[in-house]
Amino acid sequence: MNAIIVSALLGVVMMFSSWIFKSERLQKNLALVGLLILIFANLAQINGWYVVDINTKGMLAFTRFGLYANMLLFILTFLYLFINAEEIEAIGHQAADFYALFFFILCGASILTSFDNLLMLFIGIEILSIPLYILTGSDKKNLLSNEASLKYFLMGSFSTGILLLGITLCYGAIGSFQLQAPMIVPSKGIAMEQYLLSAGLILIFAAMNFKVSAAPFHFWTPDVYDGAPTVFTGFMATIVKAAGFIAFIGIFHAQAKALGNSWELLLNFVIIATLLVGNISAVFQRSVKRMLSYSSIAQAGFMLFAVYGVSDFANEGILLYAVVYSIASIGIFSVLVKMKDYGFEAFNGLGKSNPLLAFVTTVFLLSLAGIPLTGGFFAKYYMLNAILTAGAGLWIVIIAVLFAAVSVYYYFKLIQAMYFVQGTPAIKEVPKTYTYKLLVLAVLLLILGVFPNLLFNYLYF
Amino acid sequence: MFLLSFLIIPIVAALALLFIQHEKRAQDIAIVASVASLTAAVNIILNNVPSVDFAWIPVLNSRFVLQVDGLAKILILLTAISFPAIFIATNKNQVAQKNIFLSLMLFTQAGLMGVFLAGDALLFYFFWELALIPVYFLCSIWGGEKRIAVTFKFFIYTFLGSLLMLIGIIFVYMHTKEHNFLLSSFKTASFNPAQQVLAFALFFIAFAIKMPIFPLHTWQPDAYDQSPTAVTMVLSAVMVKMGLYGVLRWLMPLFPNAFSAHTNFVMVISIIGILYASFLAIRQDNIKKLIAYSSIAHIGLMSAAIFANNTIGTQGVLVQLFSHGINVIGLWIIADIIEQQAGTKLLSEMGGLAKKQPTLAILLVAFSFANIALPLTNAFVGEFLMFNSLFQVNPWMAATAGVSVVLAAIYTLNMVQKVAYGDVSTAIQKMSTNKPAQAVLIILIIIVFVTGVYPQPLFDLTKDTLLQLFVK
Repeated sequence: MNAIIVSALLGVVMMFSSWIFKSERLQKNLALVGLLILIFANLAQINGWYVVDINTKGMLAFTRFGLYANMLLFILTFLYLFINAEEIEAIGHQAADFYALFFFILCGASILTSFDNLLMLFIGIEILSIPLYILTGSDKKNLLSNEASLKYFLMGSFSTGILLLGITLCYGAIGSFQLQAPMIVPSKGIAMEQYLLSAGLILIFAAMNFKVSAAPFHFWTPDVYDGAPTVFTGFMATIVKAAGFIAFIGIFHAQAKALGNSWELLLNFVIIATLLVGNISAVFQRSVKRMLSYSSIAQAGFMLFAVYGVSDFANEGILLYAVVYSIASIGIFSVLVKMKDYGFEAFNGLGKSNPLLAFVTTVFLLSLAGIPLTGGFFAKYYMLNAILTAGAGLWIVIIAVLFAAVSVYYYFKLIQAMYFVQGTPAIKEVPKTYTYKLLVLAVLLLILGVFPNLLFNYLYF
Repeated sequence: MFLLSFLIIPIVAALALLFIQHEKRAQDIAIVASVASLTAAVNIILNNVPSVDFAWIPVLNSRFVLQVDGLAKILILLTAISFPAIFIATNKNQVAQKNIFLSLMLFTQAGLMGVFLAGDALLFYFFWELALIPVYFLCSIWGGEKRIAVTFKFFIYTFLGSLLMLIGIIFVYMHTKEHNFLLSSFKTASFNPAQQVLAFALFFIAFAIKMPIFPLHTWQPDAYDQSPTAVTMVLSAVMVKMGLYGVLRWLMPLFPNAFSAHTNFVMVISIIGILYASFLAIRQDNIKKLIAYSSIAHIGLMSAAIFANNTIGTQGVLVQLFSHGINVIGLWIIADIIEQQAGTKLLSEMGGLAKKQPTLAILLVAFSFANIALPLTNAFVGEFLMFNSLFQVNPWMAATAGVSVVLAAIYTLNMVQKVAYGDVSTAIQKMSTNKPAQAVLIILIIIVFVTGVYPQPLFDLTKDTLLQLFVK
């Protein structure tokens, strides 16, 4: 509750702060302080202290898992802003407006981590999505950014419509928006309600797949990620996606028993399609930014493993995966903003000219590829374990692993360009402090790569 | 805690090397660190050291367990001998950014040591990959002309294999009673027969790629040819042993039924591989590729002997793990000296080494004898036992595999003839004496003959592993 209220308030404060604070530096610091306040507010709730105690009549349920997920999302946003603030200032007139949008997105995200009611899900997704449409189109003079924004908005609206239709059908079938009780229809009479419920759930499933860019609902992703200003792509591909996944798990884990085995076919199809489309398309990309968009689809395929069944591995795994993937992606997008050109050739010779920057980029890439010693390995490990614990066939794991080997191909192409090809990288001036900030991310990944349990200690105690 | 020194020494030295630009000093540090590892290795062979065991990832029940037995000891000794030998013998080679090169080499050493020491499956996997990544960078940065594509093929091949093994590890883990990754609990995991075959296959593919067994060997000759020779030595002397080690440590004790059900199949593909590689070796004009194919043939014999699944064959393999490493490093050092000084890898451009560099030529002949496994050399002991074991399973298999000895004589002696005899070619004319490398070669050749004449210490060392594997 604290997080939802405080983030909304902070959003409003940030919106008007540009009247008082003209300096962008001050605005940035205000945003960072705001995030710290948000983190503390959330921490306070974990320890049982409420800013405002509202009885939501069971529409929201604050679990330790949800609150902890909030915490991680806020910390990731903090890291993101800490590194990328200068780049955000370079876009548009008032950076404060963008910071306000971030807070609104976080408000949506904190609803998504704790909804217990399909209506709250809908509201959360809307609050999360609308600022994203604006962020995508924030580079007003760039045609690609405009196109991406419109495309995202139109397709996002469709998916929202589909989500709403699905919620309606579910409501029609069971007469409640509540998630807690499995949506089982009483067995009396014919199965009209059963059909409605199935149809409704499939529509919700499709809409959620759209939000996390899983195939075959992924078509918006490459264009939107490519068109949006690179700093914001870094935010969309990481924190927003993580929030989407936590919501996805929230719905389908609550229904796990009711859904039964028939559900697996659909999920198998989506997982394999996502892995296939993401990985194979990423192999053929010439632009690093587009490669990363497809790779984010591929990573979503792995994260879908957590939806498969309820287990500690699924819950812990999705948090670990979200954190590790977000850190690595924030890092790599932060490197990308400094590039003059997004082609692979632009990285040629980076290992010679900026050795430290090349090193951190390598760590990010290794983590995305899931190589041991980086957090990405344990993230993938948890996912594999989650799906096997949930009782999926070994074949789907083997397919996933084959695609993981494919992913090595395109991630390592970048490493090859940096280290093994001679050339001058097309890179802007990178301040030393910027590289050191990225080094912090890389070190975090390495620490999580050896001691992943550090992340979970707080989840239980 | 002593066992930790095998990880700490190389890692600390490797980290230090990253900051030492001075080439001479970097070389000294690398040599000192590798010699320190060697003394540590001698210590664990002479004295019993306790295992290391502490909690690593509590949520997964994974523990940081390092332990040694005969199998681990013999491979640790091999690794510990290889690295100083390689560093000293290739000391004079011109390498750009030598400190980084040496640093990555030492990281590789730490990974290899970890693989041989790990008593926890997840930790084993961890080190298994850790050994691979520095090699990827070593080959891609300092390798030959086609290095990037070749190394990439090598990397993707082995990475795919490792991932399959990872699934296997998770799969076995889910079937253990205690739900942890310890080797001891893995051994008591209960499967139905179909599950056992599945888990066997997942592990086997990873090990088969690493060894490599025909038809998964295609990454190897190119990778050996294109890598800088120092790395090729690590790859062929120690790294391929990871695959054989994996079979002995994990595959054989974990899935005994699936193992004995597939012995014939694996023996047949191994023997096909032996003959195939031997024939290809005969046709090579490139000395590095010749040694590479010869190495595939030898490894094939070892995998066939492991899968013969009898005491004598396994005993042969345990000895040969060590001997093959020593012999192949010797051959690579000679090939490297020639390549560095004469500037050619092609046999057709060599000739007359015996006139120009008689000591080196004598050493070449001696190592060639070891490569053919003539009596008195160390390889004879192992190969004799291995052929013996194949004969016990099926005389025809022994006979077919035995052809490889003849073929080995053909290609090895052909190589000796082209390199050492005839008129001194223009390339060989350029050569001068490389004293440190020759000193290393002499030490290695002493090991070859001592263990060839008196192999009993090696048998004693590996007795406990043999008992574990065959006396239930």
